[in-house]
Amino acid sequence: MRFERREHRPLALIVLTPLLAVAAALALSGLLIAAAGAPVLEAYWRILVGAFGSRLSATETLTRATPLMLTGLAAAVAFRARVWNIGGEGQFYFGAIATAAVGSQLLAGAPGYLSIPLLLLSGAVAGMVLLIVPLWLRLRFSVDEVVTSLLLNFVAVLVVSMLIDGPLKDPLAFGWPQSQSVADAAMLPKLVARSRLHWGFAIALVLAFVVHFVQSRTVFGLKSRAAGLSPEGAVFAGVPLARTLFLVACLSGGLAGLAGAVEVLGVKGYVTTDLSPGFGYSGIVVAMLAGLHPLGVVLAALFTATMFVGADGMSRALKIPSYIADVTVALSLITMLVAVFFAQYRIRR
Amino acid sequence: MTENVLEIDGVSKSFGGNKANDGISMTLARGEIVALLGENGAGKTTLMSILFGHYTPDEGRIRVAGADLPPGRPRAAIHAGIGMVHQHFSLAPNLTVLENVMTGTEKLWSLRSESGRARAKLKALAERFGLVVDPDARLGDLSVGEQQRVEILKALYNDARILILDEPTAVLTNLEAETLFSTLKEMARQGLSLIFISHKLDEVMAAADRVVVLRGGKVVAERRAAETSKAELAELMVGHRVARPVREAHERGAPVLEAASVSVRIDGVDRLKEVSFRLHAGEVLGIIGVSGNGQAALASLLSGTLVRSAGDILLYGEAIGDFSVADTVASGIGRIPEDRTREGAIGEMAVWENAVLERIDEPRFSRRGLVDRRAAIAFAETIVRDFDVRGGGARTRTRLLSGGNMQKLILGRNLAERPRILIAAQPARGLDEGAVAAVHARILEARKAGTAVLLISEDLDEVIGLADRIQAIVGGRLSPPVSADDVDARALGLMMAGAWKKEAA
Repeated sequence: MRFERREHRPLALIVLTPLLAVAAALALSGLLIAAAGAPVLEAYWRILVGAFGSRLSATETLTRATPLMLTGLAAAVAFRARVWNIGGEGQFYFGAIATAAVGSQLLAGAPGYLSIPLLLLSGAVAGMVLLIVPLWLRLRFSVDEVVTSLLLNFVAVLVVSMLIDGPLKDPLAFGWPQSQSVADAAMLPKLVARSRLHWGFAIALVLAFVVHFVQSRTVFGLKSRAAGLSPEGAVFAGVPLARTLFLVACLSGGLAGLAGAVEVLGVKGYVTTDLSPGFGYSGIVVAMLAGLHPLGVVLAALFTATMFVGADGMSRALKIPSYIADVTVALSLITMLVAVFFAQYRIRR
Repeated sequence: MTENVLEIDGVSKSFGGNKANDGISMTLARGEIVALLGENGAGKTTLMSILFGHYTPDEGRIRVAGADLPPGRPRAAIHAGIGMVHQHFSLAPNLTVLENVMTGTEKLWSLRSESGRARAKLKALAERFGLVVDPDARLGDLSVGEQQRVEILKALYNDARILILDEPTAVLTNLEAETLFSTLKEMARQGLSLIFISHKLDEVMAAADRVVVLRGGKVVAERRAAETSKAELAELMVGHRVARPVREAHERGAPVLEAASVSVRIDGVDRLKEVSFRLHAGEVLGIIGVSGNGQAALASLLSGTLVRSAGDILLYGEAIGDFSVADTVASGIGRIPEDRTREGAIGEMAVWENAVLERIDEPRFSRRGLVDRRAAIAFAETIVRDFDVRGGGARTRTRLLSGGNMQKLILGRNLAERPRILIAAQPARGLDEGAVAAVHARILEARKAGTAVLLISEDLDEVIGLADRIQAIVGGRLSPPVSADDVDARALGLMMAGAWKKEAA
C-alpha cells in the first residue's frame, strides 16, 4: 500500500473532510459511551438536547462558542502565515486582565459608548503584546515560537494570578482571588434578554467575515500567505517578511486578547484564574477542524461548544462523565488530521 | 549473446487523465549504459519511479534477471539489486559519509554496530570504482559532486547491480560531470548495468552505449549511440527540428548599469570582491563560472535582496544607495532568479498570484490595500497567452506547471513589462530543448528591443550563443570583459579557472 499526492483536490472532498472527521470522532467516542454502559445514540441525542433543547441551553451554547470563535480565528490567521501561535491561552488571559484593569481603574465612570470600544481595544492590544514577544525572538534570534508562545501561557496565567491576588484584588470577594469588576455601564449588552448571550457573539461572527475578506481580497492577505508558504519566494517578490509577520502576529494576538476582553465584558465582569476552560488551546483545535478557513472557524466553534455544553446535560441524564466531551473534541482533532492527510493523498495498492 | 538483467514490459501509468507512461518496453543488458532521453514531462522520472517501486504501474511488468519484480515496493527493488541516485539527494547532511551509507542497512535491534565491517566494505568499493571520499567527513561539508559520489556508493553498498541515475549532471560542473562519466564507464566495464536519465544530448552521446528516447510517455526510438547523431536525437526527442536562436549583430546603447569595485560580505565571508562591470543597453553581458563562486551573491545584489558592503553602483548614470526589491522592480529591472521553485514562484499559489506578487502595490493591481483580482488575472492571462505557458491557466496552482512552463511564467511577468535591464541567473537550467530555445529566443528579443541583459550562467554554449561580451567570476572576483566573438570554449575554460589573474599580476 502506498500514498500518492493528489494533483487536484475536488471541492466536495474539501467540504466532506471535516464532516467525515467529526463523524469518525463521534463513532470512536461512541465506543467509550458504550463502555460506560449507556446507549450511544441516546447519549448523542441528549448532547443535542442539552445544547439546543431550550432557549436557555441554546443561548448558553452560543455564549460558549463566542470566545472559541475568536481564539479559533487567532490560531487560523497565524497558522495560515506559518506563525505557530500556541499562546492563545496566555493572550486570552492578558486580554482579560487588561480589560478588567482598565475598566475598573481608569474607565470606571465612563459611559458605555466610550468605555466598551476602549476596553475591547485594550484587551486586543494586551494579546498582541504577548505574541509580539515570541515573534520578535523568532525574527531576531530564530527562536522557535512554538516553544516560546506555549511557555508564555504559563507566565501569563501566573501574572494574572499575581495581579488578582494583589493590586487588582477585589476587596469585596470574601478573600477569593478575583479581580475588581468593570463598571456595569461597560458590560456588553445582551443579545437575547434573560440569557447570558451577549453582543460579543455578533462581534465574533462579524470578525470571522472580516478576516475572511482580509485574507482573500487584500494585499496584506496575499502577502501574508506568500510569507507563510515560502519565505524565500516572498522576499524575492519584495514582500517585507518581518513587517508582514509582525502584522499577522498583531492580528492573531489581538483576536485572542479580544476573546478575553469579550468574555470579561460579556459574561463575568471580572477575572478569575478559571475564567477560561482552555479557550486558547481549544481555539487551536477549532482552527484545525476548520481547515484554517475563517468561516469554517464559526462552524467548528459551534460544534465544539455544542459538545461541551451538551455533555453536561447528557452527563446528568445518563450518569456518564461529561469528560466524554473533551475526548470527542480531542478525537475530532486527531481524525481531522488523518482526514486532511487523506484529502491530500490517495491510497495506491 | 549478452543477458538482459532488466526487462520492462508494457508499463503504463496515468495520473488523473494524463498518461505519464504509455506501454513502455525496454531492456538493459549486463555491462551496458542506457540513456533515457526525453524532454521534461516525457515520463522518464515516472518510469524510473515505477522501476524503483515508488509508484505502482497500472499495467505491465518488470523482470530483473528473469524474475518478476513485485510492484510498488522499494525494498523489493533494493533486494533485487536496483540502486537509485536521485536528482535531489536522499542523504542526511548532519551525518557522516559512513553513517549515510549505512543508514537503512543495520538491523534495528542489533546491539553491535557494524561500522567496522561497513568501513572496510566502503573502502573496497571506493577503491574499486575510483570514488574517493572521506568516510568520516560530515556530508553537509562536501561539495555537490562529492555528495553524489556518496549517493552512488550508498547504492553500491546495498549490492546494486543495476544503477539508475536521475539527471545526474543537473547539479554538477562540467569537470565533475566528466569525472562522473568516466566512473560510470568503469562501473559498466566491471559488469554493472546503468540507466541514466537526461535531456542533454552531449552527455548522452558521450556516455551511453544505447539511447532510448521517450516522448509523451511512449518510447519513440531506440538507437545505438555509435549509430546516431545529436541532431537525430534532438529531432526524435522534440518531434521536430529545433534550432537554437542565433544572436544577430547590432549596435549596443549607452551604459545603464555600472558597478565599480563592489564588495559583498555576508557573516564575515567575502562573497563578492571589488567587482566591476558595465552593462549597456541592447547587449547581453555573460557572467560565466563554476557554481559557488559568487554568482548567487551577484544575482541577489542586483535583484535587491542583498546589500553591498562597499563600492558604487550607477543605475542609468546616477549613483544609487541600497536598493530594495521594490526599488529594482520600480526602476525597470527584470529579475529571473536562479532557483525558480524556491524564489521565482510560490508553488501553492495560483499562477495569477505569482504573476503579480512583485507588483501588487502598483495602483493597477491594488487600490487602498484591496487586490484588483480582475486586473491581476487579466495580466496573468496575457502572460500565459503571449509566452505560451502550457499546463494551466491563470487560476491553476503554480506547482502543477512543469519547470519549463514555470520559467516561461517568470520570464513573462518580467518581459511583459519591457524592462530596461534584465538580470537572468541560470535562466535555462534544467529545462528541455524546446523550453531552452524559447527562453533564449525571448532573451535575444529583449536585447534587440534595447534591454540590457546580465546573463549569469554555467552553460558555456548558452553564454557563447547569447552574450556579446563575457566576464568570468572566480572566487567572488570578476575578470575583465572579453568579446564573445574573440573567444572559444577553451579560452573561456581558462578564464573560469582564473587565468586572467596571473596576467594582471
